[in-house]
Amino acid sequence: MRNRAAFFGVFTALALILSYVETLIPINFGIPGAKLGLANLVTVIVLYKTDWKEALLLSAVRVVLAGFIFGSLFSILYSLAGAILSLSAMALLKKTGLFSTAGVSIAGGVSHNMGQLIVAMLVVETYQVGYYLPALLAAGTATGLLIGIVSQGVLKRIQSLHFT
Amino acid sequence: MKKNDWLLAAGIILAAVLILAFQLVQDDGGQKEVAVTVDGEEFGRYSLAEDQRIDIGGTNLLVIENGEAKMEWADCPDQICVNHRAVSRDGESIICLPNKVAVSVCGGDEPELDGVAR
Repeated sequence: MRNRAAFFGVFTALALILSYVETLIPINFGIPGAKLGLANLVTVIVLYKTDWKEALLLSAVRVVLAGFIFGSLFSILYSLAGAILSLSAMALLKKTGLFSTAGVSIAGGVSHNMGQLIVAMLVVETYQVGYYLPALLAAGTATGLLIGIVSQGVLKRIQSLHFT
Repeated sequence: MKKNDWLLAAGIILAAVLILAFQLVQDDGGQKEVAVTVDGEEFGRYSLAEDQRIDIGGTNLLVIENGEAKMEWADCPDQICVNHRAVSRDGESIICLPNKVAVSVCGGDEPELDGVAR
């Protein structure tokens, strides 16, 4: 238990680094808001190794810090909505026990995009952004699947480590 | 990977395809124009048929060329709207969030009704 803060710090740093690495990858999906979601890797792993409360706190801290360093106040708003919705979906799906890491991560990726789209609708006060819905659904599935498979690989290798 | 994972992925992709198909069906290919809104309020409507350059409140520059609208310049830091590809299909839009500018393509005429229930 006394290591909790230390592990939390390490994971926050790792998530921040992944957020930074992501800004270096020049992939443009042609859709605003679509990105790989590398930092979600850490969220998924923490969700599986500890509990959803820890993962939620980590996402929130990561989003706010990454927003101040690499983004703007707007990007914090979007990412926060996405992160909270994403984590809720992942925690629920994980609890059902019906899905493996990949399924949980797919739900996370898709709901992250949904959260951002909802905020975009509220900010711009137009429903036209719904046009991106299919593209964002597909992108969320693809990136979520990728992150899920990688998470599974990592989790398999760190089975003996305990972070609480 | 469990079977449920694939079912979930397939379900989401299916939903995406259905929504896309629905959007494509709604596109009737008629005379189009772009509606520009700033902070939720209408700034103006411009026909896609004629080439023109529109200065949106000094923060964004919209260029209409060959029936497509493109954000040529914006003073925002992220430049997402500038990097966005040109839009021409009904319902497509370019959004500049920092400046709260939204450019969306819509059919020029009021949408025709299939029928009205009285």
